[in-house]
Amino acid sequence: MNAQLQPTGSAYFIAKETEHPEIHTLSVLVDNEPGVLARVIGLFSGRGYNIESLTVSETEHEKHLSRITIVTRGTPHVLEQIKHQLERIVPVHRVVDLSVRALELGQERPLERELALVKVAGTGDARVEALRLASAFRANVIDANTEHFIFELTGKVSKVEQFIAIMKPLGLVEVCRTGVAAMNRGAQGM
Amino acid sequence: MTNGQSERREMTGAEMVVQALKDNGVRDVFGYPGGAVLPIYDELFQQDDVRHILVRHEQGAGHAAEGYARSTGKPGVMLVTSGPGATNAVTPLQDALMDSIPLVCLTGQVPTSLIGSDAFQECDTVGITRPCTKHNWLVKDVNKLAAVIHEAFHVATTGRPGPVVVDIPKDVQFARGVYTPPQMAPRTSYQPKVQGDLDKVKAAVEMLAAARRPVIYSGGGVINSGPEASQLLRELVELTGAPITSTLMGLGAYPASGKNWLGMLGMHGTYEANMAMHDCDVMVCLGARFDDRITGRISAFSPNSKKIHVDIDPSSINKNVRADIGIPGDVGRVLEDMVRLWRATVKTDRKALWPWWEQVARWRARDSLAYRMNDEVIMPQYAVQRLFALTREHDTYITTEVGQHQMWAAQHFHFDSPNRWMTSGGLGTMGYGLPAALGVQIAHPDALVIDIAGDASVLMTMQEMSSAVQHDAPIKIFILNNQYMGMVRQWQQLLHGNRLSHSYTEALPDFVKLAEAYGGHGIRCEKPGDLDDAIREMISVRKPVIFDCRVAALANCFPMIPSGKAHNEMLLPDEATDEAVANAIDAKGRELV
Repeated sequence: MNAQLQPTGSAYFIAKETEHPEIHTLSVLVDNEPGVLARVIGLFSGRGYNIESLTVSETEHEKHLSRITIVTRGTPHVLEQIKHQLERIVPVHRVVDLSVRALELGQERPLERELALVKVAGTGDARVEALRLASAFRANVIDANTEHFIFELTGKVSKVEQFIAIMKPLGLVEVCRTGVAAMNRGAQGM
Repeated sequence: MTNGQSERREMTGAEMVVQALKDNGVRDVFGYPGGAVLPIYDELFQQDDVRHILVRHEQGAGHAAEGYARSTGKPGVMLVTSGPGATNAVTPLQDALMDSIPLVCLTGQVPTSLIGSDAFQECDTVGITRPCTKHNWLVKDVNKLAAVIHEAFHVATTGRPGPVVVDIPKDVQFARGVYTPPQMAPRTSYQPKVQGDLDKVKAAVEMLAAARRPVIYSGGGVINSGPEASQLLRELVELTGAPITSTLMGLGAYPASGKNWLGMLGMHGTYEANMAMHDCDVMVCLGARFDDRITGRISAFSPNSKKIHVDIDPSSINKNVRADIGIPGDVGRVLEDMVRLWRATVKTDRKALWPWWEQVARWRARDSLAYRMNDEVIMPQYAVQRLFALTREHDTYITTEVGQHQMWAAQHFHFDSPNRWMTSGGLGTMGYGLPAALGVQIAHPDALVIDIAGDASVLMTMQEMSSAVQHDAPIKIFILNNQYMGMVRQWQQLLHGNRLSHSYTEALPDFVKLAEAYGGHGIRCEKPGDLDDAIREMISVRKPVIFDCRVAALANCFPMIPSGKAHNEMLLPDEATDEAVANAIDAKGRELV
């Protein structure tokens, strides 16, 4: 877009993108070694890919394997590139596009869950309303005194978003979210 | 390796480095000492199996190692210190990454306890080199050092080859630990796929057999795959009778003297190569990656062809151009299957390709590399042609810098075998050719090694003349001196209204005196009539030579696919009047880019 504002010409050919972007969730199984996360996110920033959400933790301690879950946005062509580029990283074992896999399994989406900690401060009616709504969302109170609650909420991204939006006028102080953890339904592993 | 010394035993980290080099078959290392690698240099000093080639700048060490690697098929090795030593290595690392050259770079690092403290000559080497290596390691435990170095060689040389960095803190070099000899236990996450899917290969052979206008487009992958791959490529071309073109990186895999050769393709490729790519019905891309210098405008790239793409890197397939049959695998292995299947299943009908060859002949007749000779001034194309003619009888290796001279070399110097042509294709690194020539000469001490250079590029790494003199490497630096950054100027003429902003070099050194100052031999040639004798003199001198070949200052590099144009919209030399050059890229093309 910037190039169009400054038509100076250059030595490069730029083709217009005609495909539409989609949001996909990728699972990446990696050796848990120093720098491995930097390699993965460096690939995304270096090649201009998007990260909507990123979650990482060691999942198999004996084998030192970590599972990285990345929610990314791109055209089908870019998503295919992201998968192949990730597979080139030496400590990467496997990359599964959970969204593609879900479609293959006849499902709309993979299972995706996020955990949020939501601090809300207030007194009086607002406080009562916050607690009532939290219970409707099945959020747990994990810390409280007379002036605040900290809620723990687990669910789909949309549910977390909605809860946070509702809490805003009721004294929302701060939010911490884990990002999406995801896997496909059914008996098979990734 | 059945080296008696390479058993598990205790030694220092620095000893391990040298032992691991030996165990990986390394004879020559290009490097520059400094505080954080002194223990390794001390070990190098006390042995004779590994030769160290001292350069004058770490970038030179990297390009020399690249030249060594490209001309031998073995990995190149460089050894540099921490901080500035490592940052100076970044350019050759990225160069090797883009051209898939196996390069092992060992860097010193400040002691483990000082990492992160902004110590003297500290930099985050693994952080800086992460995006410009295939993989890198920081070794904090001396007991892991040997295994990491072995793994580094394995990663650099297998799959799609590339550069790796092993960063070794100084305390690890001093520490004692147990050396582990190389063993074949590659990590499970790194298993490059070399064998192509046989069903896909079958489909590819069928598609190619049914083609009436086929073209084979080969690249650096064929060279990287080894001499057998080049041999198989020649067999496939012979069997199919298809015309063949190649990228800049792939020159020599198919002989330029072969009858099916179309010349190089791409932005400065021949008319026949680009037209064949545009009009073909089946394209077989072997070990090339549809780079933007090759395709021209993607939306108009070979619009009516089915495309077969063989590449060892699955991410290359469908990256820029959609393949109808994409075959991830080592191009040598896939070629072996293709040739075998073709022999077994296809009855070649030579006549079927006759109309296509007639068309090719018409394109060839266009003589797209023609230029106007001049009796007074040396035309750069003529200089390269004479250089080629007079070195044919020699065991010749050519390196280049980057720019117009590089394209003229690719167009007019012809290669009949692989590993003879070393050039910076992907990154386009000015200053590559001189140190690369040094590396080639170290690997092939008796060969004739010539850096076809430009006056601007060569000054970027000129200091390596000193290394060449020190190591008795009689490289020939053949400068096509037009006193311009010619390619920059050409683009300014094309795109920027002929405003030659800073592309004229006003204060060039006297290259003859410069050669002499370094202890080499200088030659200047200004007239076409003197050229042959001057080249003969250059060849006969047994020391580094700088040849200042004064060429026509304003010659430009044609044919050319201007920006935003397709393969069939080339600008040919006889059409390239000043006006045509100024208008080659229309307003729409300018907006496009």
